[in-house]
Amino acid sequence: MKKVAIIGAGPAGIEAASALARMGVAVNLYEKSETPLKNLQDKALLFPNFQAAQEVADELAGKLLTDGVSTVYGTDITELKWLGTEWKLFDAKGQTYVADAVIVASGYQVFDAHRKEELGYGIYKGVITSLEMESMIKHGRILNASGDEPRNITFLQCVGSRDEKSGNNYCSKLCCVTAVKQAIEVRKQLPKCEISVFYMDLRMWGQGFEEMYRTAQEKYGINFIRGRISEAAGTFDSRIQLKSEDTLMGLPLKMTSDLLVLMVGMEPSCGTRSIGVSCDICGDYGFIRTISPHLYDNETGRPGLFAAGTCKRPMSVWDSINDARSAAVTVKEYLDQQG
Amino acid sequence: MNRYWNEYQKAIADDRFFYERSCIRQTFFPGSETAFLKIMKEELGKDVFDDFRQHTCTGIGYHADVVPMETTMTVVARLFSLMTEHGYENYVPSCVTSFGVFTEMIHMWQEHPELLEKTRENLYKATGREFEIPKNLVHPSDLVYKFRFDLAARMKYRLVNRFTGRPLRVVEHIGCHYAKIFPDKGVGKAEFPYVLAGMIEAWGGEVVDYPERRHCCGFGFRQYLVQENRGYSISNTKKKLESMEPYEPDFIVTNCPGCTLFLDRWQYTIAEMEHKTYDREGYGIPVLTYEEMTGLLLGYNPWELGLQIHQVQCERLLDKIGIPYDPKQKYNAADGRILRAPEKPDNLLV
Repeated sequence: MKKVAIIGAGPAGIEAASALARMGVAVNLYEKSETPLKNLQDKALLFPNFQAAQEVADELAGKLLTDGVSTVYGTDITELKWLGTEWKLFDAKGQTYVADAVIVASGYQVFDAHRKEELGYGIYKGVITSLEMESMIKHGRILNASGDEPRNITFLQCVGSRDEKSGNNYCSKLCCVTAVKQAIEVRKQLPKCEISVFYMDLRMWGQGFEEMYRTAQEKYGINFIRGRISEAAGTFDSRIQLKSEDTLMGLPLKMTSDLLVLMVGMEPSCGTRSIGVSCDICGDYGFIRTISPHLYDNETGRPGLFAAGTCKRPMSVWDSINDARSAAVTVKEYLDQQG
Repeated sequence: MNRYWNEYQKAIADDRFFYERSCIRQTFFPGSETAFLKIMKEELGKDVFDDFRQHTCTGIGYHADVVPMETTMTVVARLFSLMTEHGYENYVPSCVTSFGVFTEMIHMWQEHPELLEKTRENLYKATGREFEIPKNLVHPSDLVYKFRFDLAARMKYRLVNRFTGRPLRVVEHIGCHYAKIFPDKGVGKAEFPYVLAGMIEAWGGEVVDYPERRHCCGFGFRQYLVQENRGYSISNTKKKLESMEPYEPDFIVTNCPGCTLFLDRWQYTIAEMEHKTYDREGYGIPVLTYEEMTGLLLGYNPWELGLQIHQVQCERLLDKIGIPYDPKQKYNAADGRILRAPEKPDNLLV
């Protein structure tokens, strides 16, 4: 029986594993953490339908019980080697595994906001990331640096995306809609809180996104300001002073906020980077390179080596799941051709 | 500390420096450069050469668009030729603007070798001189930062309020041309520069992190050099002073001639215009150069350091640190002659 190794137990890895197993293929799913779906479980609600992330995670986790899927947690696959007919996998502890085909689904990590030091993350308590805001929303405890209910909250888009200074010129694709979603959630939990979102341009590319953006303005009174924040500084009363330019008004802007939420972009995970280098499939910015985004977006050009999900580029949860199903079909075709 | 800041270090040579003086610092803070040379030579035992033939770097004229870049390059080349002639490879310009000009010219020569060749040709035709690009270009504040712990061991005083035992609260401000043109040329880069903060922390003080920490001091060349723009200059200084006021800083320290001058002198002007001072008692916030701060802690005579030349007077700060001084000597010349004391301002207490 042919064996497929899948690296990463996120939405893409689990979906591909389950789909392949249902097609009669034996799958070993390797995950460096001790539990699956870590990034997804950090989230509260998913756009655009505000479905609880936990519901989606639970359903995906259920697919791990599919016959033929075997999970190996706490195993960080860092290197792959093609042996002529099969792939050899090396983990960080020196253990090795073999497989007839491999799907890289090692995912993303969020941009480390410390790198944008002018925004004060790690320096001022009132500066947090979108991940931390998601956690506050999830637990229903949105608090400022002093532990009180914030009077105003400012979101800043494109932190570590579309940014030459940090070396990431690409768009992370999901931050725009995430900020709109989080702003609405904050408004629901804190009706009196003043909420502003600083943006370069809002990229509402998905179904229902534009409507959500309109609702955020009309129903929830979220203030959208076109401009980037150039500097955040702590004030005497532990708030955050922000400097920007409102580029629609053509005026410089200085304001003070209780919380500044940095919408951090997506970068390839460490595992994605190391596998990409070890197999010579490293594309732009360290994401995995495929043959063609149109016709061969799961094929890496190496025999029996495939990729799915956010290891290739920023993707939504549903895009990752769809991409994983596509990868599963592609791998099955490959295995069938090999006899 | 943000872990990325540790990456923002620069190469600073250990010894054998060619020192270049500043045009305006010698007028406004006459004791600072002398103190620096004393610190380097007598306290640290370093070889620092001070050539009497040195001249302007053209910095102010260059940034005011009255000196063409070709001329600036040639003038800079002549200064480097003095360094080369004396067998030095490490260049230390006293002025932050000079540091910025040299950094910029070297960068352009690296990017455009044809400009370097043209500069060599211009210098040779005009003076018959040749030059090498310095192997290490640093600002004197980089050197004081580098040797801050060696100096700390020799200091008589610390940045501690002797009445309360608490660290003195110090506002630090670096010149724009130190790290804002080429951030990687400054210790700590441009966002949270560490060159002065490192000295303050090493010597017992506490750095004040206030909202307008990175804002312009008020000089900004065209804001001041064009007389009609001086409203911009003072309004920038006012913005900074207002922002730091709630933190009740004990003094301000800078590494740029323009910053020291404007943060100091505009306090007088604001007091005259608006009857406003930025300390509780009405004396203003003293502004020191980093050499003056270092010299004071090493036990140098405040009047030999030239502190009486500042607008905001320093006696209250000296009392806090516990540094003795003789009020009768304050306006004496170096040869002992008693000079006339300046007039007192109407609103800023002295």
